Amino acid sequence: MMSDKKKMSAGAEELHESLQPGSFKYIWRHLSHDSGAVVGMLCIAAILIICVLSPYIFKYDYSKISMIDKNALPSKEHWFGCDELGRDIMVRVFYGARYTLSIGVLSTAISASVGVALGSIAGYFGGRFDSILMRALDILQAFPQLVLATLVSAVLGPGLDKCIIALAISGIPGFARMMRANILNVRGQEYIEAAKSIDCSTARIITKHVIPNAISPIIVSVCMGIASSGLNASALSFLGLGVQPPEPEWGAMLSSARNLIRQYPHMAIFPGLFIMITVISLNLIGDSLRDALDPKLKD
Amino acid sequence: MSTLIEVKNLKKYFRSPRGTVHAVDNVSFNIEEGKTLGLVGESGCGKSTLGRTIIHLLDPTDGQIFYRGEDVTHPDKAKLSELRHEMQIIFQDPYSSLNPRKTLKETIEEPLILSGKFTAPGALEAESTRIMDLVGIEKRLRMSYPHELDGGRRQRVGIARALALNPKLVVCDEPVSALDVSIQAQILNLLMDLQDEYKLTYLFVTHNLSVVRHISHNIVVMYLGQIVEMCPTDELFEHQYHPYSKALLSAVPTVDIHNQKERIIMKGEITSPIDPKPECRFAQRCPYACERCLHEIPLREIRPGHFVACDRCEEINGLE
Repeated sequence: MMSDKKKMSAGAEELHESLQPGSFKYIWRHLSHDSGAVVGMLCIAAILIICVLSPYIFKYDYSKISMIDKNALPSKEHWFGCDELGRDIMVRVFYGARYTLSIGVLSTAISASVGVALGSIAGYFGGRFDSILMRALDILQAFPQLVLATLVSAVLGPGLDKCIIALAISGIPGFARMMRANILNVRGQEYIEAAKSIDCSTARIITKHVIPNAISPIIVSVCMGIASSGLNASALSFLGLGVQPPEPEWGAMLSSARNLIRQYPHMAIFPGLFIMITVISLNLIGDSLRDALDPKLKD
Repeated sequence: MSTLIEVKNLKKYFRSPRGTVHAVDNVSFNIEEGKTLGLVGESGCGKSTLGRTIIHLLDPTDGQIFYRGEDVTHPDKAKLSELRHEMQIIFQDPYSSLNPRKTLKETIEEPLILSGKFTAPGALEAESTRIMDLVGIEKRLRMSYPHELDGGRRQRVGIARALALNPKLVVCDEPVSALDVSIQAQILNLLMDLQDEYKLTYLFVTHNLSVVRHISHNIVVMYLGQIVEMCPTDELFEHQYHPYSKALLSAVPTVDIHNQKERIIMKGEITSPIDPKPECRFAQRCPYACERCLHEIPLREIRPGHFVACDRCEEINGLE
């Protein structure tokens, strides 16, 4: 009896230990128990899989022009219909996902890592570096993000890589500012002083005590940032500065559908629908991730 | 008994846009090994700043700190690291002094890992278990997070972290003022037991006079960054010579309703600690203040072991 009980409690302890918040296992368990996040992950996964396999599963080419199918409405043959040049919209939407998503992910990754590094240093050390950096960011932030991105890509010229750089630069001030504010808040806490008193090095204090407590809003805003920079990428393409035709970026598709939106709304609806699905999915995942990363919201 | 820590003319000033804040001004005292020095005074009088300056969480502006007779005012990196093992701090607020993202085990093991002494397999685990046992935290809680515990248990964790490195001097920065009265007693008794067992020396910062009477051997009364009275605990509760100490002690509530003391209500504003004039800082509120108080008042030994910073203290108290 006794030994049984002991075994059981030891088992429970082990379980508890492996399910420490912060471990991947714990985060995964939280995400997989949240129906919103599951729907979001399934949608993103489905889009990614179809996008990768699109050359093999669709019988049309994304750039193949067919004047017979010009402006065709959705049908058995073309599920999402065809655009003004008779290209199949479904193929273009799934093929275009690789542009929109990769722009979103890459530009957010760059701006988040640069922004977090700058914000952490500015927030923790303060002083002159902080003032100079913050004033520089003020200048950048005086322009709305999209205007700034437009400006940068107008200077750099059109193209996928330049579009990513433009969006990354325009995203840096937001992340840096947010990280700095979080760090300022955490830096004043007594556990930072306590860490100092047990002979923690400054690097260790920043990486082990300050950043883990300041990062979770960033993780959430990275998820949302992927969505919004995807949207901005679409906006840049819409303005003719992003991905160039005939590449089927979602924003570019919307842009070219704009003229025919009264007669053939399906041309705008499908790319728009996928932008919406992607954004909502990423937001759902981001939300759930925040809960998973906060030990105070444990179960 | 040897002197563990000695502070000489210690000053800690902060620069602010409106002038220099004299948080700690010309403070001198020493603490014998194994004894507790209670540091009392009202909020904002520089008690915590003094405690933090002594353990080098803040750099002193001027003055000297001696640890076991050695000048450690401006230690180099290696010396500082050594001192960190000797001097620790227990914080007031157990809600903000523990990293919310670390389990109790991680919090308690961190100083052990940093010390680099527990590298053998299982040594770390054994040591952290021993410390948790010492401060009375159940083993089952070792994977818990601070927010899952009550205030008393959290404060035990704070004590465990401070004691993990086996320090000699522990600065207790109002360790019980954020706790319920019943828990206060538990924590105070724990601290006293630990002192007996490990010959710890405490600098006990508080504004609670009943607590300080319970735990300390000597008391320092501070007012606006300066010591106004310093003597053994029992002596202070018997006779206070400084007008501020009198007012402070008269504010201690008593349970005996038939024998109520008369409370001394202080009037006037607290003098600003920003660039104060060289005069008695209590003069603005002191009922006995006169022109003589408008110059710098040094701490004098009125009776053996009893120091007071008041020029008129003989007159006021009717001493020779």
